[in-house]
Amino acid sequence: MTIQAWLQSAVADAERRKLPELKALLEALARSLTALRAADFNDHANH
Amino acid sequence: MHIEEFARRLRARETTVEQATNEALRRAEAEQSRLNAFIRIMHAEAHQQARGLDQELASGRDRGPLHGIPVTIKDILDIKGVATTAASNVREGSIAQRDCPAVAHLRQAGAVFIGKTNLHEFAFGTTNEDSAFGPARNPFDPSRSPGGSSGGSAAALAAGIGLATIGTDTGGSIRIPAAACGLVGLKPTLGEVSTEGVVPLSRTMDHVGPLTRSVADASLVFHALLGDPAKSPPPPVPLSGLRLAVARKYFCDLLDDGVRNEFEAALDRLRKAGAHVDDIEIHHANDIAPIYLSLVLADGAAYHATTLEAMPEKYSPAVRLRLEMGRYILAEDYVRALAGREVLTREVDAALGQHDALVLPTLPIPAPVLGASTVEVDGKLESIRNVMLRLTQLFDVTGHPAIAIPMGMTTAGLPTSLQLVGGRQQTDALLRVALACERLITK
Repeated sequence: MTIQAWLQSAVADAERRKLPELKALLEALARSLTALRAADFNDHANH
Repeated sequence: MHIEEFARRLRARETTVEQATNEALRRAEAEQSRLNAFIRIMHAEAHQQARGLDQELASGRDRGPLHGIPVTIKDILDIKGVATTAASNVREGSIAQRDCPAVAHLRQAGAVFIGKTNLHEFAFGTTNEDSAFGPARNPFDPSRSPGGSSGGSAAALAAGIGLATIGTDTGGSIRIPAAACGLVGLKPTLGEVSTEGVVPLSRTMDHVGPLTRSVADASLVFHALLGDPAKSPPPPVPLSGLRLAVARKYFCDLLDDGVRNEFEAALDRLRKAGAHVDDIEIHHANDIAPIYLSLVLADGAAYHATTLEAMPEKYSPAVRLRLEMGRYILAEDYVRALAGREVLTREVDAALGQHDALVLPTLPIPAPVLGASTVEVDGKLESIRNVMLRLTQLFDVTGHPAIAIPMGMTTAGLPTSLQLVGGRQQTDALLRVALACERLITK
């Protein structure tokens, strides 16, 4: 799942669960996860 | 007073366990309205323990250096017959059926339990503000946080209540309050002290350890937590020839001026005493926060998922939201964080391969004002939570032992703290380095 798709899904779920305050936190978490995925220690199937 | 001094006075019959217990209980009550350090003060239990320990000593049974010392316990560790609240309404009525191993070892060593101390709810915060029992306050300035999550523990000890306190550390929760309150705080190697019977935040990163007024006291309490209360503090290493490593990139990028000045002055004193201070780099330092966050959020969410569904209103709002956030971490990102954890562990191991310890500040800022969510550092507005975790969370991720020792004060009269980090499973070696540095650094 891409970070963008994950964020859209997570925010929609938080709103459905009546937790709109989570949106800003999830956006911050999305930035953190983007950095995690960009780190050079990740394995990739093509190298 | 330090533990060894109390032990000497006790055996010279200059004091009794009951007198020391009474004094600690009196202070705990007297400071409660100012500091809110306690969730429960254990008058009856402490008096009963004290009487028994005085009788034992009179009859010739001596439990060792911790016999009769007043100790406070973060209210996240189980003491038999006492509620473990974790500072949360979620745990209403949770009476512990037995002592957790850490507490059992202290009881066996002769410690007297004065009370259960306040904390950031479920140990999930750095300021102690989110507690069902209200915030604990810093004895140096009650408008400020004592740090967290073991904030009540640090506030109590810094106010002169007891001779040691026990905290837990998942991102810095022993070392941060030790730094904010001018104390020594030891996070042992991951897994060294049992976390059984401790309400978890992250089962993969939680540590139990002491906060004390000296490194020698930390050594005594650490060994008692391991079930070896008779072990004397080790001798300090010679400062001449000591090999220290400083990772300036990232770890010194964001420091309050007062902290930076004290840190540089401490390094100067160490160099003048003959220590070698080398610059090194932790290459993946910028990945520390994303790795830590992914691990702690998911670990915390796994433990709390059921109660988040059943009784969400019983959590304080900020802690509830952070725990809810963890429920959205994807498995693939958790696995990436585990891979990053291995990389960081290897990098810290490598840095320590050529050095006796890493040296860095413990807390980039002095104790923050209660109620603030941001702080200005180097002209930039930073999240208080992020900046407080910045220099400690790495060693919860990697499991290396780390100790906070007091440096000097800022111009505003607030404590600053030096952090030393040692090799895994080499906590005693780290204590020897800390003993040597304490003599030179702690004012």
